[in-house]
Amino acid sequence: MIKFIIKGLFRDKSRSLLAILIVTLGVFLTVAISGYMKGVVSDLVDENARLQIGHVRIMTKAYKENESQMPLDLAIIGLDSLLNDLETNYPNFSWAVRTNFGGLIDVPDQNGKSITQGPAVGMGIDLLSENSEEVSRLNLKDAIVEGNLPAKSGDALIGYQLAQNINVKVGDKITFITTSMYGSLVFQNFVISGTIKYGVKQMDNMLLIVDIKDAQTMLDMEDAATQIFGFSNTGFYNNDECLAVQNDFNSRFENSDDEYSPIMVKMKDDPVFGVYLGYVDYFTGLMSFILIIVLSIVLWNAGLLGGLRRYNEFGIRLALGEEKGHIYKTLLLEAVFVGIVGSIIGSALGIGLTLYLQYHGFDVSGMVQGGSMVTPDIFRAKFTPDLLVVGFIPGLLAMVIGNMLSGIAIFRRQTANLLKEIEI
Amino acid sequence: MKILIITLFAGIISVFHTYPDPFEVLKKVDKNMISDTKIIKGRMIIYGKRNTREIAFISYSKGEDKSFIEYLSPAKQKGTKMLKLENNLWIYSPSADRTIQLSGHMLKQSLMGSDISYEDMMEDNTLADSYNAKITSEEVLNGRKCWVIELNAKVKDVKYEKMKIWVDEEHYIVLKEELYAKSGQMLKLITFSEIKKVQNRWFATKMNFKDVLKNGKGTDFIIDNIQFDAPIEDYKFTKAVLKK
Repeated sequence: MIKFIIKGLFRDKSRSLLAILIVTLGVFLTVAISGYMKGVVSDLVDENARLQIGHVRIMTKAYKENESQMPLDLAIIGLDSLLNDLETNYPNFSWAVRTNFGGLIDVPDQNGKSITQGPAVGMGIDLLSENSEEVSRLNLKDAIVEGNLPAKSGDALIGYQLAQNINVKVGDKITFITTSMYGSLVFQNFVISGTIKYGVKQMDNMLLIVDIKDAQTMLDMEDAATQIFGFSNTGFYNNDECLAVQNDFNSRFENSDDEYSPIMVKMKDDPVFGVYLGYVDYFTGLMSFILIIVLSIVLWNAGLLGGLRRYNEFGIRLALGEEKGHIYKTLLLEAVFVGIVGSIIGSALGIGLTLYLQYHGFDVSGMVQGGSMVTPDIFRAKFTPDLLVVGFIPGLLAMVIGNMLSGIAIFRRQTANLLKEIEI
Repeated sequence: MKILIITLFAGIISVFHTYPDPFEVLKKVDKNMISDTKIIKGRMIIYGKRNTREIAFISYSKGEDKSFIEYLSPAKQKGTKMLKLENNLWIYSPSADRTIQLSGHMLKQSLMGSDISYEDMMEDNTLADSYNAKITSEEVLNGRKCWVIELNAKVKDVKYEKMKIWVDEEHYIVLKEELYAKSGQMLKLITFSEIKKVQNRWFATKMNFKDVLKNGKGTDFIIDNIQFDAPIEDYKFTKAVLKK
């Protein structure tokens, strides 16, 4: 019977083509939009992890309470032993030491007299070690607008907008004025090796990146840093993996009353980004849900229309003596076939577009320019296994349920009225 | 009845008790503090939450508006110099080989991480010139009889709008200072101790500065050696001396 039904569908294209096209289009949109949204969230998570938060972060308990002030006096002391501990106990993560600090850039003339000054946020990262992953992690090579990466101690990268604001060029000497870990006013000279652009207002207008050793020397933090960042070796943020590491690490210090004892915070628990990520997750889920519901209604409606359109046909079949139950069964089998074919084609097209956008992406730099959030210039889609079902199941179910509802009318037909209804 | 009479008697005494002219007291305090020149060799002991640091220095001052300080140790601070000329303050950093003029919010920064700000260093007016004074009571502080004097700013360019000082009635030296913001919030507490007579002046050789908004024990400012009215060459108060 199935073969007979399929043959019928192929021969009577008015019964199959439009329905398959509608299912295909609906499933395609569901899959492609879901894939792109997943990619956007994933890119945001990845970008913020690499630049600002890490998959997990370690700081002192006191620093965590006052993080927005970047209090150097609350930094981790005894950095080397803590790093050894982390590398031994959590080999599935790579660990990077970073220190953020605020201050003032003073630009001298040839005689050492100040020409201009401007506020800046400094970031000390491992730029010069042979095995450092920070350069690639921060995408510094691509971010360089002019000049080169720091090659020696005393070199610095500066946000291109900040460089314009204080009128410095590659090769110029600047003096960074800040306070040390112990509160002393300190001055340190740097030579600008390059200007960088991230497309994020805060970073392009304020950022100065120096080698972590230079930052530690300047800030009196020889064996200290404000934070240690952990990045999963998988390259992706996995909340369960990070939660396990966080719980294990924090359990070792939970009974300590020392406000300078370390604490680990995973990305999703970050007070700012965690909330933001929660909102993104919520709205992405909500949008996907609404999209699926709307498309389901459209597909269901298509199924209903299909059933109603065949009102006369069912009347004739009933008049010829076909059982009502048999007609209903064939209607549903046709719907299953149309649903499967449309869903397969729609899913294939949606996944195809997702894979294309995973490699090429959309350049949104013009749209997010000047924003205060760390966002990548190019948002890419992301293929995940759930895309195989996210469109397929609603596509199939909507078609079948639509036909089930419209098919109920078959059982209400009175044989006595059939000839009148079909106007023979 | 007895109690009533004693209370009344005490009340009458307090009403008619006369304090000296506070302005004259302030002038005597200023006279004790101010000299033509001063050379001080001393140390700052900064009690942080996580460590204690000691910074040695030598300072030269002339009148009320010229001073020069050179830090002698530890190695990180050695060679750092500061020059104050009237309302200007320059700092020389040997590590950067730069002389930077401090102004605006930078003056609010802590001096070497201590409880003293650069702005505190800039305060150069005498008490008598800057404040209206009123003696409010007498108290015994560290065994010394003191007048408690409330000071309210009468000029605009003072850092602390209101002060309360405890002045030793015999030596005319301040033993304690409370420094207040305009809002009435106490900002700093300074206690003076180890009073010594140096060249016919009574002088506190140890001061503890406590920023009450910060945790910790504050900063001890210890004078190991002080010379009043010693000759100081004029070049000490030029910008050229900073890079030397």
